[in-house]
Amino acid sequence: MLEQDIDFDAILSRYRADPFDYLAVHTSHTGRLRFKVAKGDQVEGVTGKFRHIPGTLLYELERERNPKRFTSKTNGQVDMIRADLEGNFVEAGEQIMTLKHPLTKREIIEYILRQVLTPYKAPEKAKYFFSMDLQARVDKYGLRGVSLKPGDEVLTMSLMKRDTPVYYDGEPGIIHSVYFKPGVSVEQGEPLFGVCPKDRLSLIERIITRVKAEWD
Amino acid sequence: MEHLRKRLLKVEERIVYLGQIKEGPDWGNLPALQETLKGVRDSFYDLSQEALAEKIGSLEESVSFLEARCEETLSSMERVRIVRSPLRFSLKDLLENVYEEYTELGGEEDANIDPALVAARASICRRTKNKTIMQQVMVIGHEKGHGEEYRNGGSTKPWGNEKALRYMRVAETEGIPIHFYIFTPGAFPVEEYPGAAQQIARNLYVMAKLRVPMIAVTSEGGSGGAEAVGMGDMRLMFSHGYYSVISPEGAAAIEGKVKEGDKLPKDLVETCADRLAITAADNLRLGTIDRVIPEPILGAKRDDFAFFRRVKAEMIRATDEVVLKTKSLRAFRAYELKLEKDGEAGLDDEPRIDVSWELADDEIERLLQLRSRKYREMARQGYQEKLSGYAAFYRRAGQSLAKLYYTFRYDILKSQHKQVKKVIKDVSGESSVLIKQVSAPFYAAYDFISRKPGERPARSGALWGSGGEEQVEYGEIYTSSLANEDRTVTCPNAERHGCKDLWVPDLYGEFCGVCETCGHHFPLEYQWYMRHLFEPDSIREFNSDLASINPLDFPGIDKKLELARKKTGRPCAMITFDARVMGIDIVVAMLYSDFRNGTVGAAEGEKFVRACEVAKIKRRPLLAYVHTTGGIRIHEGTLGVIQMPKCTMAVREYIGSGGLYLVVYDNNSYAGPVASFLGCSPYQFAIRSSRIGFAGPRVIRETTGEDVPPYYHSARSALKRGHIQGIWDRREFRRNLHKSLMTMGGGNLYYR
Repeated sequence: MLEQDIDFDAILSRYRADPFDYLAVHTSHTGRLRFKVAKGDQVEGVTGKFRHIPGTLLYELERERNPKRFTSKTNGQVDMIRADLEGNFVEAGEQIMTLKHPLTKREIIEYILRQVLTPYKAPEKAKYFFSMDLQARVDKYGLRGVSLKPGDEVLTMSLMKRDTPVYYDGEPGIIHSVYFKPGVSVEQGEPLFGVCPKDRLSLIERIITRVKAEWD
Repeated sequence: MEHLRKRLLKVEERIVYLGQIKEGPDWGNLPALQETLKGVRDSFYDLSQEALAEKIGSLEESVSFLEARCEETLSSMERVRIVRSPLRFSLKDLLENVYEEYTELGGEEDANIDPALVAARASICRRTKNKTIMQQVMVIGHEKGHGEEYRNGGSTKPWGNEKALRYMRVAETEGIPIHFYIFTPGAFPVEEYPGAAQQIARNLYVMAKLRVPMIAVTSEGGSGGAEAVGMGDMRLMFSHGYYSVISPEGAAAIEGKVKEGDKLPKDLVETCADRLAITAADNLRLGTIDRVIPEPILGAKRDDFAFFRRVKAEMIRATDEVVLKTKSLRAFRAYELKLEKDGEAGLDDEPRIDVSWELADDEIERLLQLRSRKYREMARQGYQEKLSGYAAFYRRAGQSLAKLYYTFRYDILKSQHKQVKKVIKDVSGESSVLIKQVSAPFYAAYDFISRKPGERPARSGALWGSGGEEQVEYGEIYTSSLANEDRTVTCPNAERHGCKDLWVPDLYGEFCGVCETCGHHFPLEYQWYMRHLFEPDSIREFNSDLASINPLDFPGIDKKLELARKKTGRPCAMITFDARVMGIDIVVAMLYSDFRNGTVGAAEGEKFVRACEVAKIKRRPLLAYVHTTGGIRIHEGTLGVIQMPKCTMAVREYIGSGGLYLVVYDNNSYAGPVASFLGCSPYQFAIRSSRIGFAGPRVIRETTGEDVPPYYHSARSALKRGHIQGIWDRREFRRNLHKSLMTMGGGNLYYR
């Protein structure tokens, strides 16, 4: 992917024009529906130090005399609500409301990075470490000062006390973001780090700075 | 001028102190006094020395008058405020002023495993007619600190109580008395190892039979935290202290059903403090303490040296009394002590006789007997037992006969039987080798001839007891009444494990209240366990006439107790009975949720103690099954708290005499009972999805200011911390119980 392939202005203006995420709420099963919020209401997501306090009660779905309560997973505002379904029997998978979630600065940057960086995924569930050589170079030149090319030994995969070298097989570039912590087990398929071509680095950094400066 | 300035400062301190006790500067003529004080302070250098002395003198007189008035009408909550005042003396002041020398053990100041608990080796000095004698003691107590943050207000962490236990054992090894000083608002409610509740239970268990005299003095006795170092042979209390089952604020939050974070109504807190009977006079009346150490007006402060002299005399006298009660020549010595005690002149001074605090073996035995008797007799007035003269006689006769029968059966016959069996075993072991060689060819030939074609030789399996393996078809015996509803319920783990909704008749019938996907246990009524655990018709209840009452006349409680009686058809929250599990006879004490949430009061405690005694007489294993317990019943005040040492003493004596004690927790088990007679069991198990702990999440949040992680109190967390030994599935309860009885009891199932 070349620089001209990515229209950063378009991406930025999309978030500037509408800095929200729209989350559709679907019923998980059939039942009689009772809304507990109205259009325009503010809702809270899951909170607490351990993410243990449930969010705002959105609706109740009663099936076989078992009223089940459904709470909001994210904060925001009730954007659309199917008020016509109030008190009615609904099918499973019916969209009953949409929540408008205001994106935070961090979420926007994450979304943008997801579009422009190439993720390198964990080949197996294991603990990962940067290879000795790479770690030494990172220590010396910093993360952005080290470039990767296919065939480089990039990681050491540690599984049940067996250390296996992992060779890089993606497109050449530099490591922009690291998503794993040394010694902490990572599930298979989870991104370990994001790579970006060297020539695109300055552009990405400019974008991040702009997002940081422009969004409160 | 300097001494006048000091006097003025002292007056100011006394006025501020009065304001603190009365919670506001508007009481009596305090505002006028403050105004006068301000005037004197502002014109301090303008007035002549004589005029200043006169003004300060008049101020002092007014303040003294006000203090006397305040003292006369001190309410319970005002006493609580006195105890919490930063001006009040603390353990360090006692160590400095009551004892000659001391060395702090297990850390100093903030470099300490728990600065809230101080252990020290100290020497106390007594004078006889012509010589001075130094006696060694171990001092253990809470230090509230003089405003030091790291003392945590005297709220001991579990590892602090563990330190206390360590030094109690040191004192026991060295044979020196222990002086406990209780200055705690309560134990710090964290479950991390060794665990608040479990450690208090361990302390109580050890103290029950600690082989040295122990004197406990209470200034601020906050429930479980106080009990952890409070099981004295002599229990004293400072006259302005308080000893309570719960803080007045905590009681008000429960009584007023105040939501978390909401402000407590001040009147309700005051009323609760009065109703809980927390003062020294109340506790003396209830018999939870033995004597009161008088303090000066409005409580002793850090510089009341006359008071410290008095404390020293009282501590020496109390230790002497405990020691002399165990001595053979005690009548004479006690008489001498009494003379000293009664003499007005000698009241503030230590007894001028020499009493050695070292005890011989037989004296230690007597000390332990006296301690046991002391706690057995406590809180007798807290329950009701309706027995006619005939029934009482019948019961006493029955008990004596049972005692005789079981002594004959187990102590006389069994020991003979054991010896004979041992001889036979030895002889047969030797001879079997010889006989086998001779008889083997004959047996083999017989087997070959008598075996039918196709028949395989039977395998000999291990047999557990006389009952052997037994399958129980649960659904056929008893179905929970909860199953009579046509609806579904959702498993609380549905989101995590994707559990399907459960149809109630299935859930409470065939599934025994267990989610078929994740194994979550929905609560079931206690009757289900009574019907499924034990052999049909093997349950024989005893002491079923022991009833909970309202000993402190707490308003509204009589009605609530009546309602609970109507609802359950039982007089208290504990059921005790003999039962049989797969052929094994056991005694069971069961706390159940329907009666005041399984809280323990004087009746429940007494029933438990009697269950221990029955198990001891009959030489049977004792099972404490906790369907639910919400802790100690706060409406019984310290009569409830005292059940902690009382019941732990009973457990200790039962285990000590050779019994096997198992505890199984179900649903919710919290606070006092877990921190005493349940938590002290060496074998504790939990039913799945149950919660075990010291304090609930709300109390932890309010005390520590930290949020509680989810599953903090879960059985699995308790297992990880080593508080319990295993988690049982409800459907396997009977089999697991039998297995545990066999493994833990083995050959000594009916006593060692």
